[in-house]
Amino acid sequence: MESFEYLAPRTLAEAFAALGNGKRSLMLAGGTDVIVQLRENRRSCDQLIDLKHIPELMAVDIRADGGLDIGAAVPLAELYGNRDIARRWPGLVDAASIIGGRAIQSRASFGGNLCNASPAADSSPSLMAHGAVLTIASAGGTRTVPVDEFFAGPGRSVLQPGEVLLRVSIPPQPARSAVFYHRFIPRNEMDIAVASAGVRLVLDESGDRIASARVALGAVAATPIMVPAAAEAVVGQAPVADTFAKAGEAASAAAQPITDMRGSAAQRKHLVSVLTVRAFEHALQRIREGR
Amino acid sequence: MARRTYVATTINGMPTEFLCEPRQSVLEVLRDELGLTGAKEGCNNGNCGACAVLLNGQVVNSCCVLGVELEGADVTTIEGIADGENLHPLQQAFLEEAALQCGICTPGFIVSAKALLDSNPHPDEHTVRFWLAGNLCRCTGYDKIVRAVLKAADASGAPVP
Ligand SMILES: Cc1cc2nc3c(=O)[nH]c(=O)nc-3n(C[C@@H](O)[C@@H](O)[C@H](O)COP(=O)(O)OP(=O)(O)OC[C@H]3O[C@@H](n4cnc5c(N)ncnc54)[C@H](O)[C@@H]3O)c2cc1C
Ligand code: FES
Ligand code: FES
Repeated sequence: MESFEYLAPRTLAEAFAALGNGKRSLMLAGGTDVIVQLRENRRSCDQLIDLKHIPELMAVDIRADGGLDIGAAVPLAELYGNRDIARRWPGLVDAASIIGGRAIQSRASFGGNLCNASPAADSSPSLMAHGAVLTIASAGGTRTVPVDEFFAGPGRSVLQPGEVLLRVSIPPQPARSAVFYHRFIPRNEMDIAVASAGVRLVLDESGDRIASARVALGAVAATPIMVPAAAEAVVGQAPVADTFAKAGEAASAAAQPITDMRGSAAQRKHLVSVLTVRAFEHALQRIREGR
Repeated sequence: MARRTYVATTINGMPTEFLCEPRQSVLEVLRDELGLTGAKEGCNNGNCGACAVLLNGQVVNSCCVLGVELEGADVTTIEGIADGENLHPLQQAFLEEAALQCGICTPGFIVSAKALLDSNPHPDEHTVRFWLAGNLCRCTGYDKIVRAVLKAADASGAPVP
């Protein structure tokens, strides 16, 4: 590993001052990606800026309007270890509790998982299904970006030099809705998704028809993708197997996977269909069980 | 070479100061600077758990944390698990259940399992297996290890909810 300086700013203003000092910077949240990448010389920097001492990035706020603000560097285990969060946002726990093992989850954050921008990252489809919005800060101010529009390619996001991801905001979720996220891996734990699907199912007042849906897929394109066609296929329909199968077909059609050591393109196309159907079934079960 | 940084921390209950380069991991600092060689290097990339330590009570892979991040932190390594000459119930159970062969993975398993029992004194088997998924063992096999953790939980005397 090449050497670098370590900075631990206590405020955002200090962080922006460091980012503007002309040196090549990398941000450090939980370090589960960036420390390994630096060690393997896949990345290098003059200075590593630790974000974990900046209060805004470590804050969790269950908002009065029913939304949830998650500081970009909050460790995953802290999130799902919070009983209120675990109870009210099980679709977030689906992702947070399978990213690496328990020791990874003590450090890894949603913010780091998003900024690393792996097409197979587990947080992305879950957050997309929730309709999450990202707040990005720079010395010039803040801007917001829907998580669906955050990714630019494998390992690339819309973050510009000098920008820091501040927080992930989950808007209040509709009544009679639930999110479910899961992935396919050949092992039981500790593996990277071969394919994954996150859905949000919203029922109408009668509970017999689907009012709206969101479908997001991971590991089947250069970035995680939303599949509006899969959502359109189910709106107005009864929440039954035939309906979900149509969403599965649309998901499969939208997937543009590659073949690599984790799986073939054909297998991935098949997998996202099955994962989408089952995610709808599980989301429906969550609504019925009042979770 | 970047300037060495002064870090003040607490390790196994003892106030500890050291100098390290920003690029040195906690694992390197423990083993190379402080002579605490209990935490092992298996993969050096977060996958095997042999380097696990407790950082402010949370289990972490010390190869994925920088030494400079320890400023003001409280660290427990395998060397700090026993109570003097008295083995921790987990250590005792690992011996009784023959839950180790070469022993490279053992410090990580015990530290990780301690974090589990500290937060959940009576886990079921599934919970133990899920919790320990980030710890790899290439010789003993997992059944004996899981049995040892469950035995230690029974032996701990913690009230059953
Ligand atoms: C053994 C192992 C298993 C894993 N398993 C999984 C898995 O199953 N699923 C999965 O999705 N991932 C997995 N990962 C990767 C996962 O741990 C990371 O993606 C993690 O979520 C990144 O978060 P972090 O806080 O550790 O980020 P860091 O490593 O600190 O940072 C990641 C990247 O984002 C940048 N960054 C971080 N925070 C910000 C910010 N606020 N603003 C701007 N840039 C920022 C950093 O500069 C860096 O480039 C695994 C990793 C390991 C080592
Ligand atoms: S050496 Fe740290 S996880 Fe393997
Ligand atoms: S005892 Fe040898 S790796 Fe576990």
